[in-house]
Amino acid sequence: MSSKPALVVEDLAFAYPDGHQALFGVNLRIAAGERLALLGPNGAGKTTLVMHLNGIHGAQHGYVEIDGMRIDVNNKAGLKQIRSTVGLVFQDPDDQLFMPTVFEDVAFGPRNMGLSPSEVEVRVAEALSRVGMSHFAQRPPHHLSFGQRRRVAVATVLAMNPSILVLDEPSSNLDPASRRELAEILQALPITLIMVTHDLPFAFELCERSVILAEGTIVADGSTPQILRDQALLERYRLELPKGFTL
Amino acid sequence: MHRLPSQLKILALLAFLLVVVTTPITHIFSYTIYFTLIFAVILVARLPLLTVLKRSLIEIPFVLFALLMPFFGSGESYEIAGFTLYREGILAGTAIVAKGTLGVLGAITLSSTSTAREILRGLERLRLPALMVNIASFMLRYINVVTDEMERMRIARASRGFEARGIRDWRILASVVATLFMRSYERGERVHLAMLSRGFTGVLPRTPDSPPTISHYLQVTSLPGLALLLSLMERILR
Repeated sequence: MSSKPALVVEDLAFAYPDGHQALFGVNLRIAAGERLALLGPNGAGKTTLVMHLNGIHGAQHGYVEIDGMRIDVNNKAGLKQIRSTVGLVFQDPDDQLFMPTVFEDVAFGPRNMGLSPSEVEVRVAEALSRVGMSHFAQRPPHHLSFGQRRRVAVATVLAMNPSILVLDEPSSNLDPASRRELAEILQALPITLIMVTHDLPFAFELCERSVILAEGTIVADGSTPQILRDQALLERYRLELPKGFTL
Repeated sequence: MHRLPSQLKILALLAFLLVVVTTPITHIFSYTIYFTLIFAVILVARLPLLTVLKRSLIEIPFVLFALLMPFFGSGESYEIAGFTLYREGILAGTAIVAKGTLGVLGAITLSSTSTAREILRGLERLRLPALMVNIASFMLRYINVVTDEMERMRIARASRGFEARGIRDWRILASVVATLFMRSYERGERVHLAMLSRGFTGVLPRTPDSPPTISHYLQVTSLPGLALLLSLMERILR
């Protein structure tokens, strides 16, 4: 582990306006280059936590630091920088892809960052080739398969050159081949990775470290094999390996 | 034709239709010219005539309305097969059909030679407020997503034996509409969050494009230009 953490979450608590409290003091440190699986049952607060990592939600209590810079939702310039450092890939690619063509969608982030047209072109080409979708640049997103759309969604975020990539349920709804292709793509990225998932084998394959979030706090933190072998721990938090799967 | 900048096509169509609607229906020569011109454009654009005619069926409700007009009115009238037809009504009906058909044919030509996306970009370049263009392009993007969702919900209902038969089922259909609205609304929020995550600041970035050339301008001026010129001749000579 390198000495300087890429991401620090300190005593983070959050309640929604309707009074529902989702996070109760979350603590988490992630080193640069680490790959972390964020596990936990439905309703544990995983998505709420993720929304804090790039300042979509502001911390009500505690704080989040990215590369030593504290997220402050009132600091517009800082927020812009945070959002290009932390890339968020949403679960449903249809939420993420809204421009008329794949090219324009991948260009959306870089253009918002104020890059010149030629720089934008380079970024888009790079991002699309990383996810193996270069030939689809001029296609409208709704003509792509679900797996292809998921890959383009990853590209839209990669085009912003983030140093931390956060994915919400990246393997959900993918057929086995698309799931493997996505794993290969993610494996090849030299980047800090945080992955929210229920797909424990996928977490095992990609992430050396896992944490379990339950009822708004981190209840387990360790190496992925160590956590996945702890049958009692998994059961307590409604996590299950597929039948027949052994580590 | 297909490659002309869409904003010029929109302007040309608008100018052409302005000339058309300001021409009195009694100027038969002018109307002959207009129809000739629009069909010439359709030919030059190599649009399949059958498709154009099929699409123009959308005009039928207006035609039906126009067909009723000769029976109402006052003043000069003719007795034909026991019916009283008024000259005023005949002229008004003919005007609706002629002007309507020209409008529909023009609109079909525009929409068949440009994608919906290009038309929106054209409107954007014509300085239609960005908000309106954005709303329209989001609609274009998500219409498939929403209709797919609607279809899945329909299949799910049908799988459980539901079939809308009459007014009693409206309560169920109303809740379907409400669910669809809620889902779309929530999707809208998620899309917005995804946009914020990529640094959205309230303005959609524009794709740079090359300005139209003189040849483009000349080409698009030909349709409304000829129409205006020839109809002016008739207007002056009368």
